[in-house]
Amino acid sequence: MRSGETDTVSGSANPLTPFRDSARVAALRDSIAELAARLLRPVRLMEVCGTHTMSAARTGLHSLLPESVRLTSGPGCPVCVTAPGYVVASCDLARRPEVIITTFGDMLRVPGGGRTLEEESAKGADVRVVYSPLDALETAENHPEKCVVFLGVGFETTAPTVAASILEARERNLRNYSVFAAHKTMPEAMRALLEAEDLAIDGFLCPGHVSVITGSDLYRFIVEEYAVPCAVTGFEPVEILLGVEALLRCLVEGRAEVVNVYRRAVRASGNIHAKKILEAVFEPCDSEWRGIGVIPRSGLAIREEFSDYDAARRFGVEIPSIPVPKACICGEVLRGAMEPTECRLFGEACTPTRPIGPCMVSSEGACAAAYKYGPA
Amino acid sequence: MCLAVPARVIERKNGMALVELQGVKRRASLRMVPEARVGDWILLHAGYAIEVLDEAAARETLEFLSQAFGEGNEKGVQEQ
Ligand code: SF4
Repeated sequence: MRSGETDTVSGSANPLTPFRDSARVAALRDSIAELAARLLRPVRLMEVCGTHTMSAARTGLHSLLPESVRLTSGPGCPVCVTAPGYVVASCDLARRPEVIITTFGDMLRVPGGGRTLEEESAKGADVRVVYSPLDALETAENHPEKCVVFLGVGFETTAPTVAASILEARERNLRNYSVFAAHKTMPEAMRALLEAEDLAIDGFLCPGHVSVITGSDLYRFIVEEYAVPCAVTGFEPVEILLGVEALLRCLVEGRAEVVNVYRRAVRASGNIHAKKILEAVFEPCDSEWRGIGVIPRSGLAIREEFSDYDAARRFGVEIPSIPVPKACICGEVLRGAMEPTECRLFGEACTPTRPIGPCMVSSEGACAAAYKYGPA
Repeated sequence: MCLAVPARVIERKNGMALVELQGVKRRASLRMVPEARVGDWILLHAGYAIEVLDEAAARETLEFLSQAFGEGNEKGVQEQ
């Protein structure tokens, strides 16, 4: 901090500044090194969330950790885990003359069955990037002669915003809006990783903004059933390190706990309003994760009551089963079983300009992070 | 995709707010945080405020840090 600047989180000062303070970073680094030395064994921590992957890579966080503490990426990049069949079905929807596709920008270049939405758009399909599902509603309002379909991709952070857009469409009596839903939920995926025999995960850095919605209590089953500690953390360097520090402390003391170091944003029970909106519109369903397979009850389907707003029902869309490109090891990268640099296509055949797998496409994919900032 | 950024509520009307982040003004729905007031910092995600940031909790975290690891900001180092 520069002198003269007050170190508070009130007023109009950026509330993030104190969480970027380099003296705090240094103090935490030292404490982590000390705890790691006391552990006498290497540990593997997983940052479940793609935003953490990117944030850690961008700020060079890996270089602050001792060699015995490895931070691996997990399945928390929504675009990366989207099944290729969903991309193909979206491209087919985009080809319908009456349809306008609205989507978050990250989906445009995700390949599926050799196709992308970007290419469909170049061939004349009406594909529009929006910042919010609210913008998609506006598009629907402005084009009553068209059917506007929003590609509903994302985890618990995003799903309530999409659910809210469906409620909003119903309130405004907008009949030309629907959602092609492929939302996924984190806990079942984390359970699948814990059940896998080849992954020894010593602790989780839990996804901060998923937790804003779900609450930190979501991870109780992990400490209770698997005795693996969990830390809910924010995305600033101090916060990520605080999470690592908390996990190491748990391991040193032989405790498994859910530690919430992101209390400025996350409550134990989450955001009740958001959860209500989510549950009103969606119900759990089985869902396919790219390269990982179908995980029971890890997806969200639009409830029968809202079938008018369900693009899959409205257009009779079937999601085809499409294999992932053979040499791409995205599935293993997403499980934290392999590093991007272990892929023989990495940096050669597969680069951000000519990506083969979604982990290289997405701005928060592990391969893209390793390409841009160097391997973790 | 789960990126959410802090923004400040500067106006609210009919469940919508005008928020400011780094000098840029945007509209945000308050459907998930009906309790948000003008002046509050909220977390903004895809056009929706998803939580009101808890300043007291943030301060507690910083105080905890100072106590556990010494005064972090006494050394006068630069922000990152
Ligand atoms: S480098 Fe490319 S091909 Fe290899 S795993 Fe990553 S995205 Fe897939």
